[in-house]
Amino acid sequence: MTATQERPADVQAEIGRDRRRKEDQRLITGRTRWTDNLQLNGMLHLAMVRSPFPHATITNIETSAAKDTTNVVAVLTGKDFGEELGVCINAWPITPDQKTPAHSPMPADRVAFAGEIVAVVVARTAAEARDAAELVEVDYEELPAALELKAAAAADENGGAIAHPDLGTNKSALWVFDSGEAGTGGDVEEAIASARTDGIVIEREYRQQRLIPAFMEPRSVVVDPTGEQLTMWSATQIPHILRFALAATTGVPESKIRVIAPDVGGGFGGKLQATPEEWITWAVARRLGKPVKYTETRSESLISAHHGRDQWQKLTLAAQKDGTVTGLKVELLADLGAYVALVGGGVPVLGAFMFNSIYKFPAYHFACQTVLTNKTWTDAYRGAGRPEATFAIERIMDELAVEVGVDPLEVREKNWIKHEEFPFTTVAGLEYDTGNYEAATERAKEMFGYDDLRAEQKRRREANDPVQLGIGISTFTEMCGLAPSRVLGSLDYGAGGWESATIRMLATGKVEVVTGSSAHGQGHETAWSQIVADRLGVAFEDIEVLHGDTQVSAKGLDTYGSRSLTVGGEALVRAADKVIEKARPVAAHMLEASVDDLEFTGGRFSVRGTDQGVAIGEIATAVFAAHDLPDGMEPSLDSEATYDPVNFSFPHGTHLCAIEVDTETGALKIRKYVCCDDIGTIINPLIVAGQIHGGLVQGIAQALWEEAVYDENGTLVSGSFVDYLLPTAADTINFDIDHTTSPSTTNTLGTKGVGEAGTIASTPAVVNAVVDAIRHFGVTDIQMPCTPERVWKAVNGGTHGGTEDTEGAAMPHFDEAEPGNSSTEGAGA
Amino acid sequence: MIPVQFDYLAPTSVEEALAALVEHGDEAKILAGGQSLLPVLRLRLNAPELVIDLGKIDSLRGVRDEGDAIVIGAMTPHAQVQTDPLVAEHAAVLHEAVQHLADVQIRHRGTLGGALAHADPAGDMGAPALALDAQFVIAGSSGTRTVDAQDFFVDLFETAIGEDEILTEIRIPKHTGWGAHYEKFVRVAHQWPIVAVAATVRLDGDTIAEARIGLTNMGSTPLRARAVEDALAGQPATEDAVRAAAAHATEGTNPPSDLNGDADYRSHLAGVLTRRAVLAAIGR
Repeated sequence: MTATQERPADVQAEIGRDRRRKEDQRLITGRTRWTDNLQLNGMLHLAMVRSPFPHATITNIETSAAKDTTNVVAVLTGKDFGEELGVCINAWPITPDQKTPAHSPMPADRVAFAGEIVAVVVARTAAEARDAAELVEVDYEELPAALELKAAAAADENGGAIAHPDLGTNKSALWVFDSGEAGTGGDVEEAIASARTDGIVIEREYRQQRLIPAFMEPRSVVVDPTGEQLTMWSATQIPHILRFALAATTGVPESKIRVIAPDVGGGFGGKLQATPEEWITWAVARRLGKPVKYTETRSESLISAHHGRDQWQKLTLAAQKDGTVTGLKVELLADLGAYVALVGGGVPVLGAFMFNSIYKFPAYHFACQTVLTNKTWTDAYRGAGRPEATFAIERIMDELAVEVGVDPLEVREKNWIKHEEFPFTTVAGLEYDTGNYEAATERAKEMFGYDDLRAEQKRRREANDPVQLGIGISTFTEMCGLAPSRVLGSLDYGAGGWESATIRMLATGKVEVVTGSSAHGQGHETAWSQIVADRLGVAFEDIEVLHGDTQVSAKGLDTYGSRSLTVGGEALVRAADKVIEKARPVAAHMLEASVDDLEFTGGRFSVRGTDQGVAIGEIATAVFAAHDLPDGMEPSLDSEATYDPVNFSFPHGTHLCAIEVDTETGALKIRKYVCCDDIGTIINPLIVAGQIHGGLVQGIAQALWEEAVYDENGTLVSGSFVDYLLPTAADTINFDIDHTTSPSTTNTLGTKGVGEAGTIASTPAVVNAVVDAIRHFGVTDIQMPCTPERVWKAVNGGTHGGTEDTEGAAMPHFDEAEPGNSSTEGAGA
Repeated sequence: MIPVQFDYLAPTSVEEALAALVEHGDEAKILAGGQSLLPVLRLRLNAPELVIDLGKIDSLRGVRDEGDAIVIGAMTPHAQVQTDPLVAEHAAVLHEAVQHLADVQIRHRGTLGGALAHADPAGDMGAPALALDAQFVIAGSSGTRTVDAQDFFVDLFETAIGEDEILTEIRIPKHTGWGAHYEKFVRVAHQWPIVAVAATVRLDGDTIAEARIGLTNMGSTPLRARAVEDALAGQPATEDAVRAAAAHATEGTNPPSDLNGDADYRSHLAGVLTRRAVLAAIGR
């Protein structure tokens, strides 16, 4: 490759520069096109009628009162539709014998979770639709509901409730990886048996509580059937996948479908879904021949948009007496909820490759049983499988350190892959290309003041200080850049993992960049501009990045799994290089020189040893005019590249957290949080800082605050932000972040991905800190979220912070019934 | 999140508002800032036919000095209570508590009278009002009456305000020179308190002359911790004395259980927070 990125000394390189995001002005001020802002002529509005019961037969739906309401156009139920309603699909059946319940977007006969849609009201305004929805009378015959994960998993044996009686079991699939069988390591049972006689065996069970992605913009969808194509606008992460799925399930040819994800307000995996709401809106628009809009309420979002995590994790770790690990056995129960969602059971399977993390386990066994329950379905949530794995291994490594009697960093260092051992093939069969755990840890310790904080911890402990200090460690890695298509094929995933990019050189010398990854807050417009600016030597401001519309960006596999930069960025680099190669003969022609005498630097072809040259923008103009091109030359510099990664990328880092625990109340205060992440080459440090900070808060929130709790009736108790505790800036501290860099070898730029790092790493760092602070009270675990109540009870009761799931009621701040003084009610809080 | 359709009235005088209340009875709801009413409407937990917005009645807003008491108009926004010098000087525990009420936006929209009339036992304004022996001025079509704080809070979301009455003013006897502290326990900053304690204390040298303690979210209404007050009166202003007195914090309470903590945990918190609030109030 002769293209270089050297530019004149007075031009700053864009890669590595703190560029403020181009897109922020319109996003932050709200002057942009969110799906719900769309207004189309004659557009109708939908309201959904949802089941209040987790499991029930629908015996009758009376719609006449709703239909008779002013400006109501139609009230439709599952029975009113045939195959054109389509089905919600599971793209990743993890085993050939996976039990997958049929999933109609609007079932006609039986509901399987509280919040499932049973009827849709179509009216001229959203308010009228909502009013009429309350007049739809649905008769249900309640069925026993499978709710609690462990009980549901044991229903075959104990005769408990079955989430889908036609399947006869709640067990959906059992996915197993065994290093002995795979030839990637030894037999874990042998390792455990050996350690039981002459070593250390640690058995722990951890709870990954259920979380709600809680993206900022609620889901919204508009379908316009009035053009030659059917157009869907959706607040989604995956316009390309939606288009494919609509074609595959609703009988409309793919060529007749256009899906647009306009500006989308966050997703965190929560908008990586083909939703019943999208399918119903699609079907209603086709049925009525009119544009139709549906925007969910926050309450609907919390009960029906997919949830994340929700696992019980049983780990058995074998080690020698000196702390050298010899084997790891992982047995998971994963709650799918009522249906196997788009990626569904694949989420815990992604974790299968990450439990061994950065450590050299010689033997590994992983088994995951996915379980159907009558709760909201689960699927990807920031990290998707990897945070769960990282949490469990980082928690149990702390337990190993206690058992051996050494500092938790020491036991990690003893077992991690040394930097000179890369590339390293792990016991799970992945090849880690680069990494330097020593360097990241050294830097993190230095920033943290590790030894000083350990000394303070000792002082507080000896003084029996009511406020104890704990230090939590997480030396994580993750697999990013989803994903090599061959690997996905071997795991029976329904699609590939490539990404596409197109560069269009406009006549005026400006550049349009089309990417197949679909940004929803990540800053693609800015980072992609920086990459192309350096590669083509054009101004950052002259580059426009287009995405999220299948008619503009015809090919793509969208944004999730920290894939956009490592996979999409490489496609972009390759497309840019093709542009340069197409421009080269034109430049030679214009300069009356041989192509062999040309060099390309700083956006300019020049004849070596002369001051003659021509800028790429000038070449674009000449190609547009096409008056004088070399013979046989296509009058276009536009180029496209599709890139299929050869491997994942493996960001890693060392996160250190100091937490003060008020032993009198159980209150927790994060005193210091330091992280040093190796995410490869950094394109825009400002965007990276944003991803890290946001990710940290989201991971800390799992450790301390968030949990989706159901009561015994199958009702989501934490069904509003009163009870589902999202943190705000007021609950965070100033994070100290830094980076070490060992560039990825799987892409030209050397990037590894950063979208999930903070979330994956921070949760165990925080919980390890909490346990570390109060371990001398006999505490070995606190179940997440580590509420002050759980911490206080653990301190006072010793051992465990309870292994039972959270129970309790919502806070009743908003009075439902008319109280005695019904006329007065005002500001509260 | 679309409310059921309702009519909206924004009267400019209390008389006009009362007339509307009399006419519409329990079909009407008072809007006094809307930080609880609007969620209730949007969640469709309530569907009044008429919403009477008191926001345009200027006479209900502001703080004035009436000699031995300060008087706060019911529609005075929290943000104004927070910065008012009369409140800071004469009702310090209210001044302390309002700093911690929800967040900046809510403090600018929500009003003191609205919060008190909503009578959420987890609301931050009830305990300071109790601790300060506030009096509630309530207007009805036949004139105004004054209700003492101890009689104002009746039950969960229920006060002494009658169906055709409006809370117009909160009179607070001056507690000039009293030490004060509001100790609020939350998991995240914008949350309602799991438990909170409002303490205001008058010292006489190194002796606690009198103490007034209000508890937030320890029962179906805000509560006075009178057993603690009695135990503190005449005691030396020491940590030991305060610790002993705070042990009485749970007397007469009936705390709720929810996702943030069960009743036993709340009871424990009440004792710890009471001790801390009193010690902070006396500067110890």
